[in-house]
Amino acid sequence: MSTRELTFAQAIREALDEELARDERIVLFGEDIGAWGGVFRTTEGLYEKYGPDRVIDTPLSEEGYVGMAVGIAMTGMHPVPEIMFGDFITLAMDQIVNQAAKMRYMTGGQVAVPITIRATMGGGRSSGAQHSQSWHAWFAHVPGLKVVVPSTPYDAKGLLKTALRDPNPVVFFEDKVMYHKIKGPVPEEEYLIPFGVADIKREGKDVTIIALSRMVHTALAAAERLAQEGISAEVVDPRTLTPLDEETLVQSVCKTGGAVIVDEGYTRFGITAELAAVIAKGAFDYLDAPIERVGAFDVPIPFSPPLEFATIPDEERIVQAVYRILEGRRPQ
Amino acid sequence: MTERRTPPLEPSLLIEMYRRMLTIRFFEEAVFEVYRRGWMPGLAHLSDGQEATPVGVCMALRPDDTITSTHRGHGHIIAKGGQVEPMMAEVMGKVTGYCRGKGGEMHIADVSLGILGANGIVGGGLGIAAGSAFTAKREGKGRVSVAFFGDGAANQGLWYETANIAVLWKLPLIYVCENNQYTEFTHWKKLTAGEGLAVRARAMGMPGIEVDGNDVVAVYQAARELVERARRGEGPATLVCHTIRYGGHHVGDPGTAYRTKEEMEEWRKKDPIERCERLLLETGILSPQAIEATRNEIYERVQKAVEQARQDPFPPVEEVYEHVYA
Repeated sequence: MSTRELTFAQAIREALDEELARDERIVLFGEDIGAWGGVFRTTEGLYEKYGPDRVIDTPLSEEGYVGMAVGIAMTGMHPVPEIMFGDFITLAMDQIVNQAAKMRYMTGGQVAVPITIRATMGGGRSSGAQHSQSWHAWFAHVPGLKVVVPSTPYDAKGLLKTALRDPNPVVFFEDKVMYHKIKGPVPEEEYLIPFGVADIKREGKDVTIIALSRMVHTALAAAERLAQEGISAEVVDPRTLTPLDEETLVQSVCKTGGAVIVDEGYTRFGITAELAAVIAKGAFDYLDAPIERVGAFDVPIPFSPPLEFATIPDEERIVQAVYRILEGRRPQ
Repeated sequence: MTERRTPPLEPSLLIEMYRRMLTIRFFEEAVFEVYRRGWMPGLAHLSDGQEATPVGVCMALRPDDTITSTHRGHGHIIAKGGQVEPMMAEVMGKVTGYCRGKGGEMHIADVSLGILGANGIVGGGLGIAAGSAFTAKREGKGRVSVAFFGDGAANQGLWYETANIAVLWKLPLIYVCENNQYTEFTHWKKLTAGEGLAVRARAMGMPGIEVDGNDVVAVYQAARELVERARRGEGPATLVCHTIRYGGHHVGDPGTAYRTKEEMEEWRKKDPIERCERLLLETGILSPQAIEATRNEIYERVQKAVEQARQDPFPPVEEVYEHVYA
């Protein structure tokens, strides 16, 4: 199998390109995604290739075009609305939570609602409190939605292609900091990655670091630093939050006896809390120390770089969390 | 010697309108009784008094046209061809209901009839309707989409977002605003700036028409013109139908605290079904005996639906996890 290096944005674009070519029911909607190519270049060239009827520039009306996506999906197509900055997804919340997620259930299974909502997440660009948030946890709380949080170009492409074939509403979160900074091998050949299968990004035996989206790279950097100190950390990426591969997460913690859970979303009532509950139940007898949670500080994301970088989890906070686990480890 | 009026529409069409309006009236009255006797869980939002609007609009539609409905949606469902038996079962939360008891009285849908759901969020179905219009335009078969909503939804942002897009993209979408005068418990004029939605629609760049929503012929004629216009690819339109609900906001509200007796008596004089009956008699389309027989037949059918639904089973608890995902 031959591979080449693609950026995260290129991998996203390639998945969209291949699926637009495969299935004419797929239509992209968003703000400046067409002729402009997307502010993050994830739809570059698609307007020229598929035309203005498949790659559609919308007014700045998130509720309007996400709401329309529900009706488009219910009438047999697969719309792909893009939320340029994930913060703006609040404008479409009713349509996602009260309409898209519930239509199948409320009609007793009469309809499917295949929508892939692409939204960005992530801070670290001094974009301020309304262009830096990571709201994936909200959607993982809603029955009827699936939530995808890829960390590598390989995963992003394979998971997005799966989303574009899924008959359910999927919220697909792309950390915008990764778009042009993260590169990785992507096969030339077509492949899909199923939902609900976690991936062990680095094997280890002393402690498990569960991380998702861009935080996987931060966790891998922390694991590398710990390795130099003789500490072997395993890094596990759930890749999808709904469905969640609880088994792989629990098995890893049963093996290592310790868990640090890292997420760029807020800490309180966040993804780290839910995953900690999964681990506490599934691996209780194997835990040698309390589970550590590393999330964003519970403050609006600040603009000034020293404040912003303090807010978002970094390598140092992960390493310190691992130290606390190893110090607190009960004698065998 | 009596002089007969000339029918304004085909007799068969007028008879069908009458039958559907009667079905709505008897269905709503039966639901009220079902609620009063404790045979249904929750509350119900009834539309008796408003029958001419859904029937006038839906009789201008093809089977493959779609509608979206509201929390006060029973009339829209019946007008688009919904059957009272699975509707009544749904009202009672039975497994034989249209949505296997998962939707309830506020969320009845029959997608095979083009009924894309009744919505509990005021204005929430406008996006779905605009989306269906998008697909319809793409299919190119002349199909149209109708969004039913009330005076309250006319002040929701989603109307403006979708109206802007629908005009820009010339979507075959008919906004039908049923102005039943009261947004829950408050008169619409206290909540709406300017002259209302028809004027706003014109400002958005689409036709905005107002009709007597208790005159089924007037509603039909206005809807037909806008529907045919949309089928020709000339874009969206807004039809505001002025009407009244006889009951309260829901079955637990008698609707008397915020409306005067005199006001309601005036509206009763404009009852859509009585007006249709008069028309059928004066044009000689139906005899008094035929009117009586029709009323009895439809009343009996609705009563049978109640009896059947009462005997039908509730969904098994195992179904609670079904239909979350496809």
